Amino acid sequence: MARKVTARRVWVSTAAAWLFGFLIFLPILWMVLTSFKTELDAFAMPPKFLLFHWTTENYATVQERSDYVHHALNSIIVAGGSTLIAMIIAIPAAWSMAFAPTKRTKDVLLWMLSTKMMPSVGVLVPIYLIFRDFGMLDTRAGLVMILCLGNLPIVIWMLFTYFKEIPRDILEAARMDGATIGRELIYVLTPMAVPGLASTLLLNFILAWNEAFWTLNLSTLDAAPLTVFIASYSSPEGLFWAKLSAASTLAIAPIIVLGWFTQRQLVRGLTFGAVK
Amino acid sequence: MATQQTQVLGRALLTPAVALLFIWMIVPLAMTIYFSTLHYSLLDSETWSFVGLENFRYFLTDPAFLTALQNTLVLVGSVLAITILLGTPLALLLDQQVIGRSIVRLMVIAPFFVMPTVSALVWKNLLMHPVSGLFAWLATLVGATPIDWFNDAPLLAVILIVAWQWLPFATLILLTALQSQDEEQKEAAEMDGASALSTFIYLTLPHLARPITVVILIETIFLLTVFAEIFVTTGGGPGLQTTNIAFLIYSQALIQYDVGNASAGGLVAVVIANIVAFFLVRIVGRNLEA
Repeated sequence: MARKVTARRVWVSTAAAWLFGFLIFLPILWMVLTSFKTELDAFAMPPKFLLFHWTTENYATVQERSDYVHHALNSIIVAGGSTLIAMIIAIPAAWSMAFAPTKRTKDVLLWMLSTKMMPSVGVLVPIYLIFRDFGMLDTRAGLVMILCLGNLPIVIWMLFTYFKEIPRDILEAARMDGATIGRELIYVLTPMAVPGLASTLLLNFILAWNEAFWTLNLSTLDAAPLTVFIASYSSPEGLFWAKLSAASTLAIAPIIVLGWFTQRQLVRGLTFGAVK
Repeated sequence: MATQQTQVLGRALLTPAVALLFIWMIVPLAMTIYFSTLHYSLLDSETWSFVGLENFRYFLTDPAFLTALQNTLVLVGSVLAITILLGTPLALLLDQQVIGRSIVRLMVIAPFFVMPTVSALVWKNLLMHPVSGLFAWLATLVGATPIDWFNDAPLLAVILIVAWQWLPFATLILLTALQSQDEEQKEAAEMDGASALSTFIYLTLPHLARPITVVILIETIFLLTVFAEIFVTTGGGPGLQTTNIAFLIYSQALIQYDVGNASAGGLVAVVIANIVAFFLVRIVGRNLEA
């Protein structure tokens, strides 16, 4: 229920909110603007805000370097692959805990959560050595595996909270009508679970896309996703701000758009249902 | 009540996930524990010997560890303070009637989706560059000397970057919590003549206590192991000024190739994270029963 609010108060809140929002968004906006400048304009002092020579040459340069496409493809494969495999392992597990819970279900869930709390750096040495000895350093398969395991607890948790919300009565009714578990799964559960599945998929794709501990430590070139490619700009030669901005814009734009669709699920996914 | 058939099926479906997570948790951890008792260097991988707790003694008494621990605590504490002290008013503001609220929301959330290497490099070069950065220009506008962020205040620079990334998270969670607050209760308080301030202190703040706790715990777990932002901006330097525990372990493992020592450090990090995780798991667990 909306309370009566004076027009003046609305204007004050609106102005303040837009100011804050603008300030927080400014670094991203500035990066996008810089990506359309020439390298000279990017360095100009005082900065040029809108009145500069707009150019898309940086994007052309970044695209032309065949390696950008290569790293973007790696990002898609690694983030997409690890998310899909995690989903395939997680769906049955989450289904089982939501619909056939036992006395131990709660403990299992909390234990899964606690595996997510283990700091990656704590197992950096063994993982690095295993990867080295099995020839998995700088391979996509290695990254897919490690990111899949890293995100698996979140995927299971998110799916579990969604499955929990599916009304049990409908299942009971289906069972009364003699539906087998297989039919129940396909015709009753799946349609109701699709929104939850989609947002889980999306959020974990985003998390895997942005993952920057394992990707930086376990890949250098062949399997390196965009996180590693962008990091290579940290020790550049010559003028590079505009190109860095263009590469960065390309790397984050699709994810920000996806992210905006999942803002509600973000809270659920990252707080493990502790805040709704 | 689940039938016996569903229970058997349920267990079968759960097993792969549990088995994988179990292996993922136990094998590397056991290896870390084993390595931590060895004198083992990758530069000389033929010779390694059992040294007991020597690595822990070395790691914990290394002056670099104390510096890194201090940097870790300053970084975690500062980012928590910034994100909560700014996130709470921001969430309250976004909970008001605001024209174009959904657009403001999008702008506020966006930094969370920027990959860490991008945020770090954009802040370092485009904003914090001492000559051509946006901040330097703002400083000259007001007649101040631009700050050479990464030489004069490197840890603060890292803190600002990380805080910018996590402010959306705190804001979004607090906003979600505010929107579930009982409006009628607030109305009743207003009708009884409660001021906006006392409504905030006696109704809103207690309502936010739990989400704030959750924000603190989850952020702490991620902030304890901030890595990419340091890796691409300062490389832990100058000196050890921006080396946190995660970066110290990384440099011992993959720069100095000292497996034994890095493993001991890794276990120290695991213990620190577990202390935080213990409280988080309890809060989440309590919520599961409700």
